[in-house]
Amino acid sequence: MTIGNPATRSATVPAAAPATAAERLDDARRRAARKRRQRSNSILLVRVLIFVVFTAGWEAAARAGWIDPFFFSMPSAIVARLVDWFSNGTSQGSLMLQVWVTLRETVFGFLIGSVLGIVCGIVLGRNRYLADVFSIYIKVANSIPRIVLGSIFVIAFGIGIGSKVALAVVMVFFVVFTNAFQGAREADKALIEKTQILGASKWQVTTSVIVPSAMSWILASLHVSFGFALVGAVVGEFLGAREGLGLLVVTEQGLFHADGVFAAMIVLAVIALTADALLTGLEKRLLKWRPPVSHDIGT
Amino acid sequence: MTREQTAGAPLSIARPATQPAAIEMSGVDRSFQIPDGTLVQTLSNFNLSVAPGEFVAIVGPTGCGKSTTLNLITGLARPDAGRVKVLGRPVDGIDPDVGFVFQVDALFPWRSVLGNVSAGLRYRGVSKKEANEAALDWIAKVGLKRFANHYPHQLSGGMRKRVALAQTFISQPKILLMDEPFSSLDVQTRTFMQDELLNLWSSLGASVVFVTHDLEEAVALADRVVVLTARPATVKSSYRIDLPRPRVMGEIRYDARFMDMCRTIWADLKDEAQAGMDGSTLSAGSDTAFTPNS
Repeated sequence: MTIGNPATRSATVPAAAPATAAERLDDARRRAARKRRQRSNSILLVRVLIFVVFTAGWEAAARAGWIDPFFFSMPSAIVARLVDWFSNGTSQGSLMLQVWVTLRETVFGFLIGSVLGIVCGIVLGRNRYLADVFSIYIKVANSIPRIVLGSIFVIAFGIGIGSKVALAVVMVFFVVFTNAFQGAREADKALIEKTQILGASKWQVTTSVIVPSAMSWILASLHVSFGFALVGAVVGEFLGAREGLGLLVVTEQGLFHADGVFAAMIVLAVIALTADALLTGLEKRLLKWRPPVSHDIGT
Repeated sequence: MTREQTAGAPLSIARPATQPAAIEMSGVDRSFQIPDGTLVQTLSNFNLSVAPGEFVAIVGPTGCGKSTTLNLITGLARPDAGRVKVLGRPVDGIDPDVGFVFQVDALFPWRSVLGNVSAGLRYRGVSKKEANEAALDWIAKVGLKRFANHYPHQLSGGMRKRVALAQTFISQPKILLMDEPFSSLDVQTRTFMQDELLNLWSSLGASVVFVTHDLEEAVALADRVVVLTARPATVKSSYRIDLPRPRVMGEIRYDARFMDMCRTIWADLKDEAQAGMDGSTLSAGSDTAFTPNS
Protein backbone atom coordinates (compact mmCIF):
# COMPACT_ATOMS: atom_id res chain seq x y z
CA MET A 1 0.00 0.00 0.00
CA THR A 2 1.44 3.29 -0.99
CA ILE A 3 1.10 6.43 0.91
CA GLY A 4 -0.66 9.11 -1.11
CA ASN A 5 1.55 11.77 -2.57
CA PRO A 6 1.57 15.14 -0.84
CA ALA A 7 -0.82 16.67 -3.37
CA THR A 8 -3.72 14.23 -2.80
CA ARG A 9 -3.13 14.16 0.92
CA SER A 10 -3.57 17.86 1.30
CA ALA A 11 -6.94 17.57 -0.40
CA THR A 12 -8.29 15.16 2.22
CA VAL A 13 -7.03 17.17 5.14
CA PRO A 14 -9.84 19.49 6.28
CA ALA A 15 -9.75 22.60 4.13
CA ALA A 16 -8.34 25.67 5.78
CA ALA A 17 -10.82 27.01 8.33
CA PRO A 18 -13.36 29.30 6.59
CA ALA A 19 -11.93 32.76 6.69
CA THR A 20 -14.79 35.22 6.72
CA ALA A 21 -17.68 35.46 9.14
CA ALA A 22 -20.13 34.94 6.28
CA GLU A 23 -18.45 31.69 5.35
CA ARG A 24 -18.49 30.50 8.91
CA LEU A 25 -22.19 31.31 9.22
CA ASP A 26 -22.86 29.48 5.98
CA ASP A 27 -20.94 26.51 7.26
CA ALA A 28 -22.90 26.46 10.50
CA ARG A 29 -26.16 26.61 8.54
CA ARG A 30 -25.15 23.69 6.36
CA ARG A 31 -24.15 21.65 9.37
CA ALA A 32 -27.42 22.44 11.14
CA ALA A 33 -29.43 21.45 8.06
CA ARG A 34 -27.51 18.18 7.73
CA LYS A 35 -28.07 17.44 11.39
CA ARG A 36 -31.84 18.05 11.04
CA ARG A 37 -32.02 15.78 7.99
CA GLN A 38 -30.11 13.02 9.71
CA ARG A 39 -32.35 13.24 12.76
CA SER A 40 -35.63 13.05 10.84
CA ASN A 41 -34.31 10.20 8.69
CA SER A 42 -33.32 8.22 11.73
CA ILE A 43 -36.72 8.78 13.38
CA LEU A 44 -38.49 7.53 10.25
CA LEU A 45 -36.23 4.51 10.06
CA VAL A 46 -36.81 3.50 13.67
CA ARG A 47 -40.56 3.94 13.25
CA VAL A 48 -40.65 1.66 10.22
CA LEU A 49 -38.48 -0.83 12.03
CA ILE A 50 -40.83 -1.01 15.02
CA PHE A 51 -43.81 -1.56 12.72
CA VAL A 52 -42.06 -4.33 10.79
CA VAL A 53 -40.87 -6.10 13.92
CA PHE A 54 -44.30 -5.91 15.55
CA THR A 55 -46.27 -7.10 12.50
CA ALA A 56 -43.80 -9.79 11.52
CA GLY A 57 -43.60 -10.99 15.13
CA TRP A 58 -47.41 -11.22 15.36
CA GLU A 59 -47.62 -13.08 12.05
CA ALA A 60 -44.80 -15.47 12.98
CA ALA A 61 -46.21 -16.11 16.48
CA ALA A 62 -49.61 -16.91 15.02
CA ARG A 63 -48.22 -19.21 12.35
CA ALA A 64 -45.92 -20.99 14.80
CA GLY A 65 -48.91 -21.59 17.09
CA TRP A 66 -47.59 -19.53 20.05
CA ILE A 67 -50.81 -17.52 20.00
CA ASP A 68 -54.11 -18.84 18.74
CA PRO A 69 -55.03 -17.04 15.48
CA PHE A 70 -58.67 -17.92 16.16
CA PHE A 71 -58.72 -15.46 19.07
CA PHE A 72 -56.01 -13.02 18.10
CA SER A 73 -56.02 -13.33 14.32
CA MET A 74 -52.90 -12.35 12.36
CA PRO A 75 -51.90 -9.48 10.06
CA SER A 76 -52.26 -11.40 6.82
CA ALA A 77 -55.81 -12.50 7.71
CA ILE A 78 -56.76 -8.93 8.67
CA VAL A 79 -55.43 -7.57 5.38
CA ALA A 80 -57.26 -10.32 3.52
CA ARG A 81 -60.47 -9.38 5.32
CA LEU A 82 -60.01 -5.69 4.42
CA VAL A 83 -59.39 -6.56 0.77
CA ASP A 84 -62.47 -8.77 0.80
CA TRP A 85 -64.59 -5.95 2.28
CA PHE A 86 -63.32 -3.48 -0.26
CA SER A 87 -63.94 -5.74 -3.24
CA ASN A 88 -67.02 -7.74 -2.19
CA GLY A 89 -68.60 -5.57 0.49
CA THR A 90 -69.39 -6.54 4.06
CA SER A 91 -72.20 -8.70 5.40
CA GLN A 92 -74.33 -5.55 5.68
CA GLY A 93 -73.55 -3.78 2.40
CA SER A 94 -70.57 -1.97 0.92
CA LEU A 95 -67.76 -0.93 3.26
CA MET A 96 -67.93 2.68 2.07
CA LEU A 97 -71.59 2.84 3.10
CA GLN A 98 -70.65 1.72 6.63
CA VAL A 99 -67.87 4.31 6.76
CA TRP A 100 -70.24 6.99 5.50
CA VAL A 101 -72.93 6.15 8.07
CA THR A 102 -70.54 6.19 11.02
CA LEU A 103 -68.68 9.24 9.75
CA ARG A 104 -71.90 11.19 9.38
CA GLU A 105 -72.99 10.39 12.94
CA THR A 106 -69.54 11.29 14.23
CA VAL A 107 -69.27 14.58 12.38
CA PHE A 108 -72.76 15.73 13.35
CA GLY A 109 -72.13 14.83 16.97
CA PHE A 110 -68.72 16.46 16.89
CA LEU A 111 -69.98 19.71 15.39
CA ILE A 112 -73.04 20.06 17.62
CA GLY A 113 -71.10 19.07 20.74
CA SER A 114 -68.20 21.42 20.00
CA VAL A 115 -70.40 24.43 19.24
CA LEU A 116 -72.45 23.86 22.39
CA GLY A 117 -69.29 23.31 24.41
CA ILE A 118 -67.59 26.45 23.10
CA VAL A 119 -70.65 28.67 23.61
CA CYS A 120 -71.42 27.37 27.12
CA GLY A 121 -67.74 27.39 28.10
CA ILE A 122 -67.24 31.00 27.06
CA VAL A 123 -70.51 32.24 28.57
CA LEU A 124 -69.73 30.60 31.90
CA GLY A 125 -66.08 31.59 31.67
CA ARG A 126 -67.15 35.22 31.30
CA ASN A 127 -69.77 35.13 34.04
CA ARG A 128 -68.47 34.28 37.47
CA TYR A 129 -71.97 34.07 38.99
CA LEU A 130 -73.31 31.58 36.45
CA ALA A 131 -70.08 29.63 36.75
CA ASP A 132 -70.48 29.36 40.52
CA VAL A 133 -74.12 28.28 40.15
CA PHE A 134 -73.49 25.62 37.52
CA SER A 135 -70.11 24.32 38.65
CA ILE A 136 -71.68 21.70 40.91
CA TYR A 137 -73.87 20.31 38.11
CA ILE A 138 -71.00 20.26 35.65
CA LYS A 139 -68.95 18.29 38.16
CA VAL A 140 -71.72 15.77 38.69
CA ALA A 141 -72.46 15.39 34.99
CA ASN A 142 -68.77 15.02 34.25
CA SER A 143 -68.29 12.25 36.80
CA ILE A 144 -71.10 9.92 35.69
CA PRO A 145 -70.14 7.45 32.97
CA ARG A 146 -71.91 9.22 30.12
CA ILE A 147 -71.64 6.26 27.77
CA VAL A 148 -74.50 4.69 29.75
CA LEU A 149 -76.73 7.47 28.46
CA GLY A 150 -76.51 5.63 25.12
CA SER A 151 -79.19 3.22 26.35
CA ILE A 152 -81.50 6.13 27.16
CA PHE A 153 -80.89 7.65 23.75
CA VAL A 154 -81.71 4.37 21.97
CA ILE A 155 -84.97 4.22 23.90
CA ALA A 156 -85.73 7.87 23.22
CA PHE A 157 -84.51 8.36 19.67
CA GLY A 158 -84.70 4.83 18.27
CA ILE A 159 -81.96 2.97 16.40
CA GLY A 160 -81.55 5.57 13.64
CA ILE A 161 -78.93 8.32 13.42
CA GLY A 162 -80.46 10.35 16.29
CA SER A 163 -79.32 8.20 19.19
CA LYS A 164 -75.73 8.00 17.86
CA VAL A 165 -75.46 11.73 17.30
CA ALA A 166 -76.88 12.38 20.77
CA LEU A 167 -74.32 10.07 22.37
CA ALA A 168 -71.48 11.65 20.38
CA VAL A 169 -72.67 15.13 21.44
CA VAL A 170 -72.62 14.17 25.10
CA MET A 171 -69.14 12.68 24.74
CA VAL A 172 -67.78 15.77 22.99
CA PHE A 173 -69.55 18.50 24.94
CA PHE A 174 -67.80 18.14 28.27
CA VAL A 175 -64.30 17.97 26.86
CA VAL A 176 -64.77 21.09 24.74
CA PHE A 177 -66.76 22.87 27.43
CA THR A 178 -64.11 22.32 30.10
CA ASN A 179 -61.37 23.63 27.83
CA ALA A 180 -63.32 26.63 26.52
CA PHE A 181 -64.25 27.50 30.10
CA GLN A 182 -60.68 27.23 31.31
CA GLY A 183 -59.41 29.16 28.28
CA ALA A 184 -61.89 31.99 28.87
CA ARG A 185 -60.96 32.10 32.55
CA GLU A 186 -57.26 32.27 31.81
CA ALA A 187 -57.56 35.24 29.47
CA ASP A 188 -55.05 37.90 30.48
CA LYS A 189 -56.75 40.25 32.94
CA ALA A 190 -54.55 43.19 32.00
CA LEU A 191 -55.42 42.69 28.34
CA ILE A 192 -59.13 42.64 29.15
CA GLU A 193 -58.85 45.88 31.14
CA LYS A 194 -56.76 47.50 28.44
CA THR A 195 -59.27 46.51 25.79
CA GLN A 196 -62.07 48.04 27.87
CA ILE A 197 -60.11 51.27 28.21
CA LEU A 198 -59.51 51.29 24.45
CA GLY A 199 -63.27 51.54 24.17
CA ALA A 200 -64.40 47.96 23.56
CA SER A 201 -67.93 46.93 24.51
CA LYS A 202 -68.53 43.73 26.48
CA TRP A 203 -69.22 41.88 23.24
CA GLN A 204 -66.10 43.28 21.61
CA VAL A 205 -64.02 42.17 24.61
CA THR A 206 -65.45 38.68 24.18
CA THR A 207 -64.73 38.47 20.47
CA SER A 208 -61.35 40.17 20.46
CA VAL A 209 -59.82 38.93 23.72
CA ILE A 210 -61.70 36.03 25.29
CA VAL A 211 -62.34 33.93 22.19
CA PRO A 212 -58.82 34.25 20.75
CA SER A 213 -57.31 33.50 24.19
CA ALA A 214 -59.46 30.43 24.59
CA MET A 215 -58.80 29.33 21.00
CA SER A 216 -55.61 27.40 21.68
CA TRP A 217 -57.34 25.52 24.51
CA ILE A 218 -60.39 24.84 22.36
CA LEU A 219 -58.36 23.60 19.40
CA ALA A 220 -56.38 21.28 21.64
CA SER A 221 -59.63 19.83 22.98
CA LEU A 222 -61.03 19.32 19.47
CA HIS A 223 -58.27 16.79 18.75
CA VAL A 224 -59.31 14.65 21.69
CA SER A 225 -63.00 15.17 21.20
CA PHE A 226 -63.17 13.95 17.61
CA GLY A 227 -61.98 10.61 18.94
CA PHE A 228 -64.66 10.83 21.63
CA ALA A 229 -67.33 11.54 19.02
CA LEU A 230 -66.22 8.44 17.12
CA VAL A 231 -66.44 6.38 20.31
CA GLY A 232 -69.93 7.78 20.91
CA ALA A 233 -71.10 6.89 17.40
CA VAL A 234 -69.61 3.38 17.48
CA VAL A 235 -70.94 2.57 20.95
CA GLY A 236 -74.31 3.93 19.85
CA GLU A 237 -74.20 1.43 17.00
CA PHE A 238 -73.21 -1.37 19.40
CA LEU A 239 -76.39 -0.65 21.33
CA GLY A 240 -78.66 -0.90 18.33
CA ALA A 241 -78.32 -0.01 14.66
CA ARG A 242 -79.10 -1.16 11.15
CA GLU A 243 -75.78 -0.10 9.60
CA GLY A 244 -72.41 1.39 10.41
CA LEU A 245 -68.96 0.31 11.51
CA GLY A 246 -70.04 -0.29 15.11
CA LEU A 247 -72.68 -2.72 13.95
CA LEU A 248 -70.05 -4.36 11.75
CA VAL A 249 -67.85 -4.93 14.81
CA VAL A 250 -70.77 -6.47 16.71
CA THR A 251 -71.62 -8.71 13.77
CA GLU A 252 -68.05 -9.90 13.37
CA GLN A 253 -67.83 -10.49 17.11
CA GLY A 254 -70.96 -12.62 16.93
CA LEU A 255 -69.39 -14.70 14.17
CA PHE A 256 -66.14 -15.10 16.15
CA HIS A 257 -64.28 -13.30 13.35
CA ALA A 258 -61.34 -11.75 15.23
CA ASP A 259 -59.86 -10.60 11.91
CA GLY A 260 -63.11 -8.75 11.11
CA VAL A 261 -63.01 -6.89 14.44
CA PHE A 262 -59.40 -5.88 13.86
CA ALA A 263 -60.17 -4.86 10.27
CA ALA A 264 -63.02 -2.60 11.43
CA MET A 265 -60.70 -1.17 14.06
CA ILE A 266 -58.18 -0.26 11.37
CA VAL A 267 -60.87 1.49 9.32
CA LEU A 268 -61.90 3.49 12.41
CA ALA A 269 -58.28 4.38 13.13
CA VAL A 270 -57.85 5.69 9.58
CA ILE A 271 -60.91 7.91 10.03
CA ALA A 272 -59.61 9.26 13.35
CA LEU A 273 -56.13 9.93 11.99
CA THR A 274 -57.47 11.73 8.92
CA ALA A 275 -59.64 13.96 11.09
CA ASP A 276 -56.68 14.64 13.35
CA ALA A 277 -54.57 15.73 10.39
CA LEU A 278 -57.33 18.08 9.22
CA LEU A 279 -57.62 19.57 12.71
CA THR A 280 -53.87 20.06 12.90
CA GLY A 281 -54.06 22.01 9.65
CA LEU A 282 -56.84 24.18 11.07
CA GLU A 283 -54.86 24.74 14.25
CA LYS A 284 -51.80 25.87 12.29
CA ARG A 285 -53.88 28.36 10.33
CA LEU A 286 -55.68 29.81 13.33
CA LEU A 287 -52.67 29.97 15.63
CA LYS A 288 -50.13 31.32 13.20
CA TRP A 289 -49.53 34.29 15.52
CA ARG A 290 -47.94 32.05 18.11
CA PRO A 291 -44.17 32.13 18.42
CA PRO A 292 -42.59 29.12 16.76
CA VAL A 293 -40.78 26.75 19.10
CA SER A 294 -37.08 27.07 18.49
CA HIS A 295 -35.08 23.88 18.42
CA ASP A 296 -31.67 23.66 19.89
CA ILE A 297 -30.10 21.34 17.39
CA GLY A 298 -26.87 21.01 19.33
CA THR A 299 -23.56 20.95 17.60
CA MET B 1 -38.66 73.34 43.69
CA THR B 2 -41.23 74.25 46.21
CA ARG B 3 -43.02 72.06 48.63
CA GLU B 4 -46.63 72.96 48.05
CA GLN B 5 -48.79 71.09 50.39
CA THR B 6 -48.92 68.49 53.06
CA ALA B 7 -51.58 65.87 53.44
CA GLY B 8 -55.14 66.91 54.01
CA ALA B 9 -56.83 69.68 52.10
CA PRO B 10 -57.44 69.29 48.35
CA LEU B 11 -54.72 70.82 46.24
CA SER B 12 -57.18 72.55 44.00
CA ILE B 13 -57.98 75.48 46.26
CA ALA B 14 -55.05 77.43 44.95
CA ARG B 15 -56.28 77.23 41.36
CA PRO B 16 -58.60 79.78 39.76
CA ALA B 17 -62.12 78.43 39.77
CA THR B 18 -62.73 79.14 36.08
CA GLN B 19 -60.58 76.31 34.74
CA PRO B 20 -61.82 72.89 35.85
CA ALA B 21 -59.13 70.41 36.85
CA ALA B 22 -58.48 67.57 34.41
CA ILE B 23 -58.64 65.10 37.27
CA GLU B 24 -60.18 65.81 40.62
CA MET B 25 -60.22 63.29 43.47
CA SER B 26 -61.60 64.51 46.76
CA GLY B 27 -62.16 62.63 50.00
CA VAL B 28 -61.81 59.27 48.30
CA ASP B 29 -61.87 56.07 50.35
CA ARG B 30 -61.26 52.72 48.73
CA SER B 31 -60.73 49.28 50.20
CA PHE B 32 -60.52 45.80 48.78
CA GLN B 33 -61.24 42.38 50.11
CA ILE B 34 -58.43 39.87 50.35
CA PRO B 35 -59.29 36.19 49.85
CA ASP B 36 -59.73 35.42 53.57
CA GLY B 37 -62.49 38.04 53.72
CA THR B 38 -60.72 40.88 55.54
CA LEU B 39 -61.12 44.35 54.16
CA VAL B 40 -57.92 46.23 53.50
CA GLN B 41 -58.16 49.96 53.14
CA THR B 42 -55.92 51.25 50.37
CA LEU B 43 -56.98 54.88 50.10
CA SER B 44 -58.27 57.03 52.90
CA ASN B 45 -59.51 60.61 52.45
CA PHE B 46 -57.43 60.83 49.29
CA ASN B 47 -57.24 64.20 47.55
CA LEU B 48 -55.51 64.85 44.25
CA SER B 49 -56.04 67.38 41.53
CA VAL B 50 -54.29 67.46 38.17
CA ALA B 51 -54.41 70.54 35.95
CA PRO B 52 -55.00 70.29 32.18
CA GLY B 53 -51.71 69.52 30.44
CA GLU B 54 -49.91 68.81 33.70
CA PHE B 55 -47.50 65.89 34.10
CA VAL B 56 -47.86 64.44 37.60
CA ALA B 57 -45.75 61.57 38.90
CA ILE B 58 -46.92 59.57 41.90
CA VAL B 59 -44.37 57.86 44.10
CA GLY B 60 -44.96 55.99 47.30
CA PRO B 61 -44.06 52.90 49.28
CA THR B 62 -44.58 49.43 47.90
CA GLY B 63 -48.22 48.40 47.64
CA CYS B 64 -49.57 51.66 49.02
CA GLY B 65 -52.37 52.06 46.50
CA LYS B 66 -50.74 53.86 43.58
CA SER B 67 -52.37 51.57 41.04
CA THR B 68 -55.71 51.81 42.84
CA THR B 69 -55.60 55.56 42.21
CA LEU B 70 -55.31 54.98 38.48
CA ASN B 71 -58.09 52.40 38.44
CA LEU B 72 -60.39 54.90 40.12
CA ILE B 73 -59.64 57.50 37.46
CA THR B 74 -60.32 55.09 34.58
CA GLY B 75 -63.57 53.90 36.10
CA LEU B 76 -62.34 50.32 36.39
CA ALA B 77 -62.84 50.69 40.14
CA ARG B 78 -65.37 52.75 42.11
CA PRO B 79 -64.64 54.76 45.26
CA ASP B 80 -66.29 53.61 48.51
CA ALA B 81 -66.66 57.26 49.48
CA GLY B 82 -65.70 60.60 47.99
CA ARG B 83 -65.76 61.93 44.45
CA VAL B 84 -63.67 61.30 41.35
CA LYS B 85 -64.14 63.72 38.47
CA VAL B 86 -62.46 63.63 35.09
CA LEU B 87 -62.63 66.75 32.87
CA GLY B 88 -65.31 68.11 35.15
CA ARG B 89 -67.54 65.02 34.83
CA PRO B 90 -68.04 62.47 37.59
CA VAL B 91 -66.45 59.16 36.57
CA ASP B 92 -69.13 56.73 35.49
CA GLY B 93 -67.71 53.81 33.56
CA ILE B 94 -64.82 54.05 31.16
CA ASP B 95 -64.17 57.51 29.76
CA PRO B 96 -63.18 57.67 26.07
CA ASP B 97 -60.84 60.59 26.83
CA VAL B 98 -58.70 58.43 29.11
CA GLY B 99 -55.71 56.43 27.86
CA PHE B 100 -53.83 53.88 29.94
CA VAL B 101 -50.38 52.37 29.54
CA PHE B 102 -49.86 49.27 31.65
CA GLN B 103 -46.79 47.89 33.31
CA VAL B 104 -47.10 44.75 31.19
CA ASP B 105 -47.36 45.18 27.41
CA ALA B 106 -50.89 43.77 27.25
CA LEU B 107 -50.82 43.67 23.46
CA PHE B 108 -53.06 41.36 21.45
CA PRO B 109 -50.60 38.55 20.69
CA TRP B 110 -52.78 37.36 17.80
CA ARG B 111 -52.79 40.71 16.01
CA SER B 112 -50.06 42.37 14.02
CA VAL B 113 -48.62 45.71 15.10
CA LEU B 114 -51.07 47.38 12.72
CA GLY B 115 -54.01 45.46 14.19
CA ASN B 116 -52.90 46.35 17.71
CA VAL B 117 -52.50 50.06 17.07
CA SER B 118 -55.76 50.42 15.14
CA ALA B 119 -57.80 48.47 17.74
CA GLY B 120 -58.93 51.46 19.79
CA LEU B 121 -60.26 53.34 16.75
CA ARG B 122 -62.01 50.21 15.47
CA TYR B 123 -63.77 49.70 18.81
CA ARG B 124 -65.03 53.27 18.62
CA GLY B 125 -66.55 52.70 15.20
CA VAL B 126 -63.93 54.22 12.87
CA SER B 127 -63.89 52.50 9.47
CA LYS B 128 -61.16 49.97 8.84
CA LYS B 129 -59.54 52.07 6.14
CA GLU B 130 -59.36 55.23 8.20
CA ALA B 131 -58.22 53.36 11.31
CA ASN B 132 -55.43 51.68 9.38
CA GLU B 133 -54.25 54.96 7.88
CA ALA B 134 -54.12 56.60 11.28
CA ALA B 135 -52.43 53.52 12.74
CA LEU B 136 -49.71 53.51 10.06
CA ASP B 137 -49.13 57.15 10.83
CA TRP B 138 -48.62 56.43 14.53
CA ILE B 139 -46.52 53.36 13.85
CA ALA B 140 -44.21 55.59 11.82
CA LYS B 141 -44.15 58.17 14.64
CA VAL B 142 -42.87 55.59 17.12
CA GLY B 143 -40.30 54.37 14.60
CA LEU B 144 -41.77 50.97 13.76
CA LYS B 145 -42.64 51.56 10.09
CA ARG B 146 -40.90 48.39 8.95
CA PHE B 147 -42.65 46.27 11.56
CA ALA B 148 -46.31 47.06 10.87
CA ASN B 149 -47.06 43.47 9.92
CA HIS B 150 -45.01 41.78 12.65
CA TYR B 151 -46.62 39.99 15.56
CA PRO B 152 -45.77 41.11 19.11
CA HIS B 153 -43.69 38.00 19.83
CA GLN B 154 -41.37 39.00 16.99
CA LEU B 155 -40.54 42.34 18.64
CA SER B 156 -38.17 43.30 21.44
CA GLY B 157 -39.45 44.60 24.80
CA GLY B 158 -38.76 48.21 23.86
CA MET B 159 -40.52 47.84 20.51
CA ARG B 160 -43.56 46.29 22.18
CA LYS B 161 -43.66 49.26 24.55
CA ARG B 162 -43.63 51.59 21.52
CA VAL B 163 -46.58 49.68 20.10
CA ALA B 164 -48.39 50.13 23.42
CA LEU B 165 -47.70 53.87 23.34
CA ALA B 166 -48.93 54.23 19.74
CA GLN B 167 -51.99 52.14 20.63
CA THR B 168 -52.83 54.56 23.45
CA PHE B 169 -51.87 57.83 21.75
CA ILE B 170 -53.83 57.12 18.56
CA SER B 171 -57.09 57.91 20.38
CA GLN B 172 -55.62 61.31 21.39
CA PRO B 173 -56.55 60.93 25.06
CA LYS B 174 -56.88 64.10 27.12
CA ILE B 175 -55.90 62.13 30.21
CA LEU B 176 -53.00 59.72 30.08
CA LEU B 177 -52.51 57.26 32.92
CA MET B 178 -49.33 55.24 33.16
CA ASP B 179 -48.70 52.48 35.67
CA GLU B 180 -44.96 51.87 35.90
CA PRO B 181 -44.87 51.60 32.12
CA PHE B 182 -41.11 51.29 31.74
CA SER B 183 -40.21 49.24 34.79
CA SER B 184 -39.70 46.05 32.78
CA LEU B 185 -37.21 47.65 30.38
CA ASP B 186 -33.44 47.71 30.63
CA VAL B 187 -31.82 51.02 31.55
CA GLN B 188 -30.84 52.16 28.05
CA THR B 189 -34.20 51.28 26.51
CA ARG B 190 -35.96 52.95 29.38
CA THR B 191 -34.06 56.19 28.80
CA PHE B 192 -35.03 56.16 25.11
CA MET B 193 -38.64 55.46 25.94
CA GLN B 194 -38.77 58.29 28.48
CA ASP B 195 -37.53 60.73 25.83
CA GLU B 196 -40.04 59.30 23.39
CA LEU B 197 -42.83 59.75 25.91
CA LEU B 198 -41.92 63.40 26.55
CA ASN B 199 -41.87 64.06 22.80
CA LEU B 200 -45.26 62.47 22.24
CA TRP B 201 -46.68 64.19 25.30
CA SER B 202 -45.48 67.64 24.24
CA SER B 203 -47.34 67.30 20.93
CA LEU B 204 -50.46 65.84 22.55
CA GLY B 205 -50.78 68.18 25.53
CA ALA B 206 -52.58 65.62 27.70
CA SER B 207 -52.65 65.57 31.47
CA VAL B 208 -50.50 62.70 32.66
CA VAL B 209 -50.55 60.69 35.87
CA PHE B 210 -47.44 58.58 35.93
CA VAL B 211 -47.09 56.00 38.69
CA THR B 212 -43.57 54.79 39.33
CA HIS B 213 -41.40 53.39 42.07
CA ASP B 214 -38.35 55.05 40.54
CA LEU B 215 -37.95 58.47 42.14
CA GLU B 216 -35.37 59.63 39.58
CA GLU B 217 -37.74 58.78 36.77
CA ALA B 218 -40.51 60.71 38.51
CA VAL B 219 -38.40 63.84 38.99
CA ALA B 220 -36.93 63.69 35.49
CA LEU B 221 -40.31 63.43 33.72
CA ALA B 222 -42.84 65.32 35.79
CA ASP B 223 -44.01 68.85 36.48
CA ARG B 224 -45.05 67.73 39.92
CA VAL B 225 -44.13 64.75 42.09
CA VAL B 226 -46.71 63.55 44.59
CA VAL B 227 -45.53 61.44 47.52
CA LEU B 228 -48.04 59.06 49.06
CA THR B 229 -48.04 57.71 52.59
CA ALA B 230 -47.96 54.04 53.47
CA ARG B 231 -51.32 52.24 53.33
CA PRO B 232 -53.97 53.52 53.65
CA ALA B 233 -52.60 56.08 51.25
CA THR B 234 -53.12 59.80 51.42
CA VAL B 235 -51.09 62.48 49.69
CA LYS B 236 -48.17 63.20 52.01
CA SER B 237 -46.61 66.01 50.05
CA SER B 238 -46.34 67.46 46.59
CA TYR B 239 -43.27 68.95 44.95
CA ARG B 240 -43.21 71.22 41.92
CA ILE B 241 -40.35 70.31 39.59
CA ASP B 242 -39.39 73.46 37.75
CA LEU B 243 -36.57 72.01 35.67
CA PRO B 244 -36.71 73.58 32.20
CA ARG B 245 -38.22 71.71 29.26
CA PRO B 246 -37.47 70.18 26.83
CA ARG B 247 -35.57 67.75 29.06
CA VAL B 248 -33.12 65.14 27.85
CA MET B 249 -33.21 62.03 29.98
CA GLY B 250 -29.62 60.99 29.39
CA GLU B 251 -28.35 64.34 30.66
CA ILE B 252 -30.75 65.47 33.29
CA ARG B 253 -29.59 62.91 35.82
CA TYR B 254 -26.22 64.73 36.07
CA ASP B 255 -27.86 68.09 36.69
CA ALA B 256 -27.06 69.40 40.17
CA ARG B 257 -30.56 70.74 40.81
CA PHE B 258 -32.05 67.44 39.69
CA MET B 259 -29.94 65.58 42.22
CA ASP B 260 -30.88 68.05 44.92
CA MET B 261 -34.56 67.49 44.27
CA CYS B 262 -34.17 63.74 44.33
CA ARG B 263 -32.37 63.98 47.64
CA THR B 264 -35.03 66.18 49.20
CA ILE B 265 -37.94 64.06 48.06
CA TRP B 266 -36.19 60.87 49.02
CA ALA B 267 -35.77 62.16 52.57
CA ASP B 268 -39.53 62.67 52.62
CA LEU B 269 -40.32 59.31 51.07
CA LYS B 270 -37.89 57.24 53.11
CA ASP B 271 -39.97 57.13 56.30
CA GLU B 272 -43.05 56.05 54.38
CA ALA B 273 -41.13 53.40 52.47
CA GLN B 274 -39.88 52.07 55.78
CA ALA B 275 -43.38 52.13 57.27
CA GLY B 276 -44.75 50.45 54.17
CA MET B 277 -42.24 47.64 54.40
CA ASP B 278 -42.81 47.08 58.12
CA GLY B 279 -46.55 47.27 57.82
CA SER B 280 -47.12 45.26 54.68
CA THR B 281 -48.50 41.94 55.81
CA LEU B 282 -49.52 41.02 52.28
CA SER B 283 -47.20 41.62 49.42
CA ALA B 284 -49.32 43.69 47.09
CA GLY B 285 -47.87 45.06 43.88
CA SER B 286 -44.61 44.21 42.26
CA ASP B 287 -42.66 47.25 43.31
CA THR B 288 -39.07 46.59 44.14
CA ALA B 289 -37.48 48.06 47.21
CA PHE B 290 -36.63 51.69 47.16
CA THR B 291 -33.01 52.71 47.30
CA PRO B 292 -31.73 56.22 47.71
CA ASN B 293 -30.04 57.39 44.57
CA SER B 294 -28.11 60.35 45.83
